[in-house]
Amino acid sequence: MLYTPLWKKILIWAVVALGILFAIPNLFYGRVEARNDAADAAEKAGFVTTEQQAAMDEWPSWMPSGLVNLGLDLRGGAHLLAEVQVADVYKTRLDGLWPEVRDALRDQRDAVGSIRRQPSEPGTLRVEISKPEGMAAAVDAVKALASPVTTLTGAGSSDLDVTAEGATLIVTLSEAERAATDQRTLQQSLEIIRTRVDQAGTREPTIQRQGADRILIQVPGIGSATELKQLIGTTAKLTFNPVVRRGTSEDKNPGAGNLSLPSLDEKDVWYVVEEAPVVSGEDLTNAKGDFDQNGRPAVAFKFDVSGARRFGDYTAENIGSPFAIVLDGKVISAPVIQSHIAGGSGIITGNFTVEEANRLAVLLSAGALPATMTFLEERTIGPELGQDSIDAGRVATLVAAGAVSLLMIAAYGLFGVIAVVALAFNMALIFGVMSIIGATLTLPGIAGLVLTIGMAVDANVLIYERIRDELRAGAKSAARAIELGFERALSAIIDANVTTLITAGVLFFLGAGPVRGFAVTLAIGIVTSVFTATNVTKLIVTWWYNWRKPKTLVV
Amino acid sequence: MAWRFKLAPDNTNWDFFRWQWITFGGSLFLSAMAVVLWAVMGLNFGIDFKGGTTLRTESTVAVDVGEYRVALEGLALGDVSITEVFDPNFTDDQHVTMIRLAAEDATQAITPEQLAQVEDVLRAKIDPDMKFPSVETVGPKVSGELVYTSVLSLVVTSLFIMGYMWLRFEWQFGVGAVLALLHDVLITIGIFALFQIKFDLTIVAALLTILGYSINDTVVVFDRLRENLQKYKQMPLRDVMNLSVNETLARTLMTSVTTLIAVGAMLVFGGDVLRGFSLAIFIGVLFGTYSSVYVAKNIVLMIGLDRSEKAKKTGTPDEFANVDA
Repeated sequence: MLYTPLWKKILIWAVVALGILFAIPNLFYGRVEARNDAADAAEKAGFVTTEQQAAMDEWPSWMPSGLVNLGLDLRGGAHLLAEVQVADVYKTRLDGLWPEVRDALRDQRDAVGSIRRQPSEPGTLRVEISKPEGMAAAVDAVKALASPVTTLTGAGSSDLDVTAEGATLIVTLSEAERAATDQRTLQQSLEIIRTRVDQAGTREPTIQRQGADRILIQVPGIGSATELKQLIGTTAKLTFNPVVRRGTSEDKNPGAGNLSLPSLDEKDVWYVVEEAPVVSGEDLTNAKGDFDQNGRPAVAFKFDVSGARRFGDYTAENIGSPFAIVLDGKVISAPVIQSHIAGGSGIITGNFTVEEANRLAVLLSAGALPATMTFLEERTIGPELGQDSIDAGRVATLVAAGAVSLLMIAAYGLFGVIAVVALAFNMALIFGVMSIIGATLTLPGIAGLVLTIGMAVDANVLIYERIRDELRAGAKSAARAIELGFERALSAIIDANVTTLITAGVLFFLGAGPVRGFAVTLAIGIVTSVFTATNVTKLIVTWWYNWRKPKTLVV
Repeated sequence: MAWRFKLAPDNTNWDFFRWQWITFGGSLFLSAMAVVLWAVMGLNFGIDFKGGTTLRTESTVAVDVGEYRVALEGLALGDVSITEVFDPNFTDDQHVTMIRLAAEDATQAITPEQLAQVEDVLRAKIDPDMKFPSVETVGPKVSGELVYTSVLSLVVTSLFIMGYMWLRFEWQFGVGAVLALLHDVLITIGIFALFQIKFDLTIVAALLTILGYSINDTVVVFDRLRENLQKYKQMPLRDVMNLSVNETLARTLMTSVTTLIAVGAMLVFGGDVLRGFSLAIFIGVLFGTYSSVYVAKNIVLMIGLDRSEKAKKTGTPDEFANVDA
């Protein structure tokens, strides 16, 4: 007699049953997907429409509704790998610091003499003073502007590095501050991209940080990577800058701290503006499409408290002079300040259509990307190609499973049939586990599945061959041969599969994109196939043996 | 005894070392040839490793590669390669090509405007209904990193496997197994160089899979060897090895055949997108089976094992092996 404790039997069959239960939704993919989409939409909206209710009724609520996610290469969509130019922010920060530095040094005029900003590489502020002997005072004055860095890793250090080089004072962001800034920049970019992609209403986009300065964006169902780039790549950086002068051509030499910018809609009009803005889009709390007093489309905006105060102070001090509204490096308009604008709200007019005004408002309220992005990798996969791949994968899986099953039955007879049953359970378990953990099936993942079919029977082959060995070696009884077979094959099975698991692990941690999908499928396949071969097969064999009680065993 | 389909006869007693100078020499020769081919012909790197853009075109008009080339001339695209894709799964009026555009310079791949131009020109001159089911661009910066991580992952996997083998067996087994793996991977790379099959990220995944598969095969032989070494303490190493291989031969062949069948199904029916991947695994499994029988243990025999009682007593490596063996 072969014996397995009852609790173990129950546990094993429970695992198998759960695997099958969680795999089932994948057989009704379209229906379950429609239900899930409807449920998500209803939850977001807070109420349920009749269509949503109908879609939700398509799949019983007591059934699991987790599905294996289909990767971009199977569903179609766009994939972008963006690198955030974090150094952009250093430049903005230091340019914004210049007025403060100027004022601080102005207070020390007796010691440092006259001050002039020097052209410098981005991310560095160079200031020349006319009395080099007052450098110590100058450094101290600028250092006083620094504030401590508030992150865990950078605790205790200051955000600015101030050094002197002859008569030139050099201000840069400190190492710790740069790290903290990078972190913030990435976080902000992620949030903004998420907002913009969500507005496009696509399903399950993947927006992930990757490495120090990269963001991976995968959006299923979108037409092309170019479309996706347009959606997220619009910088929409809005600033209000003081105007220095107006000209008819680009001013090649606008002076340190100034920029020469073209007008958005007037031909051959250029403005020289101060680079440091009075207020910028980040100070906006709200922006929406609106109309001006003449009924033309416009964007109404409102600043937060500090933005409103700065805007109010500036307009109070500069009545009669123009200031420029700059969007993405172009001057939308440069109205002359008529009066003190308190309260911090206003409208931007330009030659907008209603749609343009609305779009601009959306972009403004979503916030500007803090830094520009370059795209390192772009992939577009059409939905038809994905469907073709799924179909081809299905055929390959069926053919592989059929052929392997035939061979197993031819080689091991009844035991082969048991191995095939275990293989079927194995497949169900793989899909079940993938659905539960929400793993993504990719095209190489399908290959992993097919490969698993070939390799899954290996554990069974090892056991059966071992049973044959034991029979040949003259085992005391058939039951003993079976027991020894399972027992002695175990070490080979474990060793052989752990090594494969190692490669799957490396593939997962170092592989990119679809290759990871392959690693996941392979790893799950290894674990489930060891489980089914050593436990499920054993239960079936035991059950058969105890039922038929054969005198001799033919494997 | 009921009828059974058998890949290997029962109770084989073949001497696997008889032709060892031919088999082992052949392996050395093939590995060396693979390196030479790799060095001389180079690998046909895909955009993953070289940077650039690939477009897959699909049209109902039969493909004339020359026409495509003429159409794209004058766009100043630099290096353009056009290949027609065949697959038994295609319908009769499905004509597919892959167009590869080399990376423009060190920073930027093709611009969206250029891409739109390419699509427009092909639609205008070849087929107004042409579809572009996939367009992929990889910048040179990323492609460089991908080369690095690929090499790294192969090295790291080999080291991990060697370490595991050392823990579970003895270091000689680890060395033998890893050199055998290297042999399989090298020959697969050599075949890719010889036929200039596109070598991209999925092929690296395939190579890693070969590592995993091939070691699997080798481990089963070694596991039996370890067991037999305990059982037959006086038998010469060479004979124990022969015995172990003979005992596991049925399993080795059976598993290799089932895997080859599965991978073969993928090769034929899995679609052209995965063809290179399937091919690499197919070749790798073939050589992996061969090397687990003919290469790995020969190396262990050459290094030699310390089988004295002293080694057994002080030899810590074996203690791990006894845990559940």
